[in-house]
Amino acid sequence: MIDVQDIHKSFGDAHILKGISTKLEKGKTNLIIGQSGSGKTVFLKCLLGLFSPEEGNIVYDGKKYADLSDNEKRELRQEMGMVFQGSALFDSMTVEGNVMFPLEMFTKQSKTEMQDRVNAVLKRVNLIDAHHKFPSEISGGMQKRVAIARAIVMNPKYLFCDEPNSGLDPKTAILIDNLIKEITEEYNITTVINTHDMNSVMQIGEKIIFLKDGYKEWEGTKNEIFKTDNEAVTNFVYSSDLFKKVRQMYIEERN
Amino acid sequence: MNYLASVGSYAIMIREVFKKPTKWRIMKTLILKEIDELIFSSLGIIIFISFFIGAVVAIQTALNLTNPLIPRNLIGFATRQSVILEFAPTFVSIIMAGKVGSYITSSIGTMRVTEQIDALEVMGVNSLNYLVFPKIIAMLFYPFAIAISMYVGIFGGWMAGVLGGFLTSTDFVTGLQTDFVPFHIAYAFIKTLLFAFIIATIPSFHGFYMKGGALEVGKASTTAFVWTSVVIIILNYILTQLLLG
Repeated sequence: MIDVQDIHKSFGDAHILKGISTKLEKGKTNLIIGQSGSGKTVFLKCLLGLFSPEEGNIVYDGKKYADLSDNEKRELRQEMGMVFQGSALFDSMTVEGNVMFPLEMFTKQSKTEMQDRVNAVLKRVNLIDAHHKFPSEISGGMQKRVAIARAIVMNPKYLFCDEPNSGLDPKTAILIDNLIKEITEEYNITTVINTHDMNSVMQIGEKIIFLKDGYKEWEGTKNEIFKTDNEAVTNFVYSSDLFKKVRQMYIEERN
Repeated sequence: MNYLASVGSYAIMIREVFKKPTKWRIMKTLILKEIDELIFSSLGIIIFISFFIGAVVAIQTALNLTNPLIPRNLIGFATRQSVILEFAPTFVSIIMAGKVGSYITSSIGTMRVTEQIDALEVMGVNSLNYLVFPKIIAMLFYPFAIAISMYVGIFGGWMAGVLGGFLTSTDFVTGLQTDFVPFHIAYAFIKTLLFAFIIATIPSFHGFYMKGGALEVGKASTTAFVWTSVVIIILNYILTQLLLG
């Protein structure tokens, strides 16, 4: 579990995060939603340790990040997996090289052990035939799956995903969402997903945190988000015609 | 003020490069790859340019020797001095600032734009050590490239001088041996080593700290080339004054 306690982050005069507190639960997919500029990416980067909040604490399973030594911080980061928006695969390495990279960097496993682990995670993400291809030779959906494989190869405790299905067709986006949810349950990890995509919210959102102008405006489950009277949330959620109609049907049904 | 801040950031970057070293097993591969990319792949252009510049220096010297009292072997002497003291270490370094420097800035800059550097950081890898340290070590082999440049430059001067009928081979060799100061070679290699460090680190700095997209990668490469050249020229002046002045 990640316990976020009243974090503030500024860049110069711009106060981006204005006291966010929440608990990101283990074994669940925690979704951060909000409009562009609401502070989602900065929040995620604070959770990853890429940005240090000026105030407040982030506590990872009882370990307060600010109190950790440099070595302990590095060890903690090795327990984190990250799926970037653009996949961020190393383009000079093959799919296999990308997935093997964290193992080569941080473990003392033999080549055979590493190979077995890489095969296992690539099989888990249904990419067993792409070992020797380079990122530029595979589709966007496959790149995302490689990124997921790389993120879970070290058996992380925490998985962070920044808009994991952006740029993907709806069918592939659902596959990626489902894969992340299954992996979260299988590995019992704390998964945090930054997204704009309301389909993802409906599909896999077990806990949803809505950010607005650097504040936590609302939090709840995907069932609660339909019922909320919070205007900012409803404006965001029902900005598409499809969801407006769903909302209308829900209200009619309730009445 | 911005320049001062950049100098400070550059110094901090250099300190970070030598912290938290990457596993030797991985670093070894990275260094060999960089030696191939930065040194071996540059030998062709270095040899080509050195040969013709050496030849031109010899011809220019020959064409300016109008006084019959000045011995023809001065052509060999002038070619040696020009090539060893300035052309090979400084002129070739400016060319390398363009060739190798732009490669370094664009490759690191592209990794920044595509979040590959963030991916390294998130994994707990010291990205500066992983990306920049192998380049610094690879550039320690740069003096070997400059030694080749010196040899080929003088050979080009000999070819142009002798085949052009400006002097005999014996005169050229006599000129090469006249007033030879071994310290000039040491001076040239001291300069080369410092320039190698500059060529590896200034373009890395511009690539690593760049912000923006593909267009900015191009701009960062140009800026890196300009600053690398400026620093090489200023350092060349300072070192010449310190070592030969």
